[in-house]
Amino acid sequence: MLKEENKIFKNLYNEHGWELENAVKRDDWLDTKKIIDKGRDWIINEIKTSELRGRGGAGFSTGLKWSFAPKKVGSRPHYLVINADESEPGTCKDRDILRFEPQKLIEGCLIASYAVNAKVCYVYIRGEYSNEGKRLQEAIDQAYSKNFIGKNACNTGWDLDIYIHYGAGAYICGEETALLESLEGNKGQPRLKPPFPALVGLYGCPTIVNNVETIAVVPTILRRGAKWFASMGRPKNTGTKIFCISGNVNTPCNVEEEMGIPLKELIEKHAGGVIGGWKNLQAVIPGGSSMPMVPKDICETLRMDFDSLVGVKSGLGTAGVVVINKDEDIIKCMARIARFYKHESCGQCTPCREGAGWMWRILERTAKGEATHKDIDLLSDVTKQIEGHTICAFGEGSAWPVQGLLRHFRKEIDKRCTADPIFKKKRKIPYLIDQHNLESKDA
Amino acid sequence: MPKIFINNKEIEFQEGMTVLQACELAGAEIPRFCYHERLSIAGNCRMCLVEMEKSSKPIASCAMPATDGMKIKTNTQMVEKARKGVMEFLLVNHPLDCPVCDQGGECDLQDQSLYYGFDSSRFKENKRLVKDKYMGPLIKTQMTRCIHCTRCIRFATEVAGVSELGAIGRGEDMEITTYLEKSMTSELSGNVIDLCPVGALTSKPYAFEARPWELKKTESIDVMDAVGSNIRVDSYGWEVKRVLPRLNNSINEEWISDKTRYACDGLLKQRLDKVYIRRENKLVEASWDDAINLISSKIDSTDNDKIAGHIGGLNSIETINSFKKFLEEINVKNYEFREKDFYVNPEEKMNYIFNSSIQGIEKSDLLLLVGANPRLEATILNARIRKTYLKNKLPILSIGDPGDLTYPYKVIGTKTDDIKQILEGKSEINNLFKKSKNPLVIIGESALELKSGKYILEGLKDFLHKNKFINENWNSFNILSQNAATVGALDLNFLNKENGSGNFFDKLKNHIFELLYFVGSDELNFQKNNEFIIYQGSHGDRMAEIADVVLPSPAYTEQNGFFINLEGRLQKAYKATNPIGNAKEDWKIFNLICNKLKNKNLFTNYKDLIDDSLSKIKDSKNIDTLPVTQTKKINLSSGNFYSEDVSIRPIDYYFSNPVARASKTMSDCRAEKIINIENRKIG
Repeated sequence: MLKEENKIFKNLYNEHGWELENAVKRDDWLDTKKIIDKGRDWIINEIKTSELRGRGGAGFSTGLKWSFAPKKVGSRPHYLVINADESEPGTCKDRDILRFEPQKLIEGCLIASYAVNAKVCYVYIRGEYSNEGKRLQEAIDQAYSKNFIGKNACNTGWDLDIYIHYGAGAYICGEETALLESLEGNKGQPRLKPPFPALVGLYGCPTIVNNVETIAVVPTILRRGAKWFASMGRPKNTGTKIFCISGNVNTPCNVEEEMGIPLKELIEKHAGGVIGGWKNLQAVIPGGSSMPMVPKDICETLRMDFDSLVGVKSGLGTAGVVVINKDEDIIKCMARIARFYKHESCGQCTPCREGAGWMWRILERTAKGEATHKDIDLLSDVTKQIEGHTICAFGEGSAWPVQGLLRHFRKEIDKRCTADPIFKKKRKIPYLIDQHNLESKDA
Repeated sequence: MPKIFINNKEIEFQEGMTVLQACELAGAEIPRFCYHERLSIAGNCRMCLVEMEKSSKPIASCAMPATDGMKIKTNTQMVEKARKGVMEFLLVNHPLDCPVCDQGGECDLQDQSLYYGFDSSRFKENKRLVKDKYMGPLIKTQMTRCIHCTRCIRFATEVAGVSELGAIGRGEDMEITTYLEKSMTSELSGNVIDLCPVGALTSKPYAFEARPWELKKTESIDVMDAVGSNIRVDSYGWEVKRVLPRLNNSINEEWISDKTRYACDGLLKQRLDKVYIRRENKLVEASWDDAINLISSKIDSTDNDKIAGHIGGLNSIETINSFKKFLEEINVKNYEFREKDFYVNPEEKMNYIFNSSIQGIEKSDLLLLVGANPRLEATILNARIRKTYLKNKLPILSIGDPGDLTYPYKVIGTKTDDIKQILEGKSEINNLFKKSKNPLVIIGESALELKSGKYILEGLKDFLHKNKFINENWNSFNILSQNAATVGALDLNFLNKENGSGNFFDKLKNHIFELLYFVGSDELNFQKNNEFIIYQGSHGDRMAEIADVVLPSPAYTEQNGFFINLEGRLQKAYKATNPIGNAKEDWKIFNLICNKLKNKNLFTNYKDLIDDSLSKIKDSKNIDTLPVTQTKKINLSSGNFYSEDVSIRPIDYYFSNPVARASKTMSDCRAEKIINIENRKIG
């Protein structure tokens, strides 16, 4: 349970006003010059000590990512790119940060740009967030007017310019290399990694891409100390996180909580509990639709942080908690999620392009009751054929939820498979051995 | 040299190679669809996945750079599962078109699914359908078959220089299209057909003609332009079904131009297969004996100075040599191979070939085009210039305006005065020359046609000699010939004895000749005025129409021949099909006439003819090698300067020789091109 004084985002519900004057009252832009004067190495070390992990879904150590940028600026300038393309279903935290706490983001941009030697920062906002983008632009203009950013920002001697770029409705542009492609004006298709964006990114220059929430908590960490941040949560899963609780709950909301909070407490205390009571819970998707679902019996004792969820074969992702109760048809839910992935696949690599549509079609038939038991085995085969074989993590994102369904709700699905053929032929087909497998050592 | 372990075998590889190239060195074959050596890496088919130690996921070998000490395995369960999985996905939406698909028998998808895929499909849903797109009269599209490897997009953008192909849509609905539904404006557009691994892009004129295992494949040389691209002629019986490129890194890499590829259906139409004699103003069938008798009697009764011979641009060295010997035998001194009166200097070999060699273009750091349009005159050369531009960003300048060349260049002048300024050292361009180490000057025939032609050629050669740009390592002086026979004819000195320009064409215009012998020559600007014309060739084109005797001879795919390309490289073309009807080989016809007139044979057998022809070629005795030319001789005489505009002679690209004019595909392309130009003017 997070104490009031430990909260980072004090204006998440806009009770105190979003303008620059109100933000300064909440200690934004306090002594930014002192932080920057302590130097790059100190800043990156502090972030590493705080064990801040990326809040955009992958959970990669932020300090480590910043240290990948070249130490000296060579022939190509460095860039900082903020990923505000929040398209993961179930996630709405960045929206509130952009609307109500923009100055935290802008201050974070300045500190992060200084740490990675970037003089230009781009904020990529999804096209549907036009109001939030306008609000952010006003906030940026206010910061320019007070010389908090621009030439010689905050009198530190560092120049920073922030530009906003709007997306056009593609989930895939939230992937970092697809985002860079979209910023450059090309089709938003992910690039191959290696080379990584920290070395070859926007226009071929070293680029650091971070999520909005990650950058927005950086100033507070540096002001109050990395040890304070690491004191919350548990080792390797430190600090606070904004959880977006939605689905079949009484009062869906965004709430900032400590890492490691028990799931039951999160839902009951902040979201008013499951509709119909805790007993009515069927499953919870813990981190946006890309993470496998967790059934009720695991939810009893589940703690919300990165490692605990990986332990139950799920993941924290963006902490977009979607609660599903027993009144819902779980297979239809999964089919709808699969339809999302089929629609949003970029189409570049074969497994994701063809596999996402195939999985959706099988799930649709299953939801209607037209599938056979063999189809379910086929479905699990298909998911294993997609994950790991794609260019970007979208393949895993589309395959894991289906695996989660198959792992925990097999009984439900078996009940639904009523389209088995009446006559079950037993054919003796000899197993054909692959010739080249014979030539290998483990034939 | 760094070392890599592939299947526990240690292989040494070069820096900068990818894992896939290293595996090929080790002999481990890796299936792939989107990877191509001459295009950029896309990595999106995922068929080349291999297992790397230390990685739980397989890696795409075409994209991963190989580093020292890597351990790669290509024969494990994980790799096999990955390949089977990807192959299954590729076949999920691929239509069951094999019986009606042209690519059957040479299809990458068929071959790789046989070796690396499942035996039956588990997909029970409906397959998606994509509407066919229109990409011009050359490319047949069946986009349902497309597997989105994006090779065609990368080729069009990088090699051909026209960014007309792209992918629209996202996910399952991704389609490759030109969007504007018009033909590709590049002359290299036919190469996407070779690149496409499935039957999505196939050859429209070749649609449903034959299966690849039925065709007889012959290696030959292309004669549509002077580049001498290596081709493979596929024939079925006596018909030439199609022409495909052969790999030759020094000349055409793996590409051929559209004219080379598609003009082959002109070999089936308008063919001369019988001997004709004009009686009462109509061409009437006759026998060889009648024709030979008539010709020899006419030759006997005409003065030697009133007889002239002209040879066309598609003929081999043997034909030119035997024709010259025949004319010398009957004491005729007027013969020419040029179709327009442009200046040539046959004194030394360096004066009329592309000295830097086509592969040498890649080493240059400054390019000056003088009255040349490489895109239409030698398309493959243009592709090589573009390749060099993409790699080195070399500055390209031009005197005269050749239009869109698919790479950016600057027109520094359009008059001969600008050339004079460079030669006298007074232009800003001279600074660029001073800073460059390997400049390249390409002179086109349009510049040599001017009155100042001699001034331009001799002057530029002098300029390059003086500035030491012609030395043992690098020769920057290049002439861009337009016909396949040009360099060979100059080597054999098939020119008037007098000063090499003007005389023949004046005499022709003033109708001084009374007997004209044309061998395969249809491009001369000539109006008949009671001359007795003998035409010997393969197609019934302009000259055969006005001839008095028509002698059929084989086309370039129907006889063995040696050709010298514009670099001076000697190459051999092999016979793919037999000559049709009563056609006789050129040298045999000259033998017959000579027999009738002088009772002796010019050449007793083919081997004598080859030996004699090859012995006359300067500086090059070996096939497929570049000539070693002298670079020390400096030409002393220079020409007169006239101030005139350097205008580039417009070329009717698709109708430039008789074979192309007889081809339906070429006339479709030409009509398409005219429509595109009209639309661009209006729209």
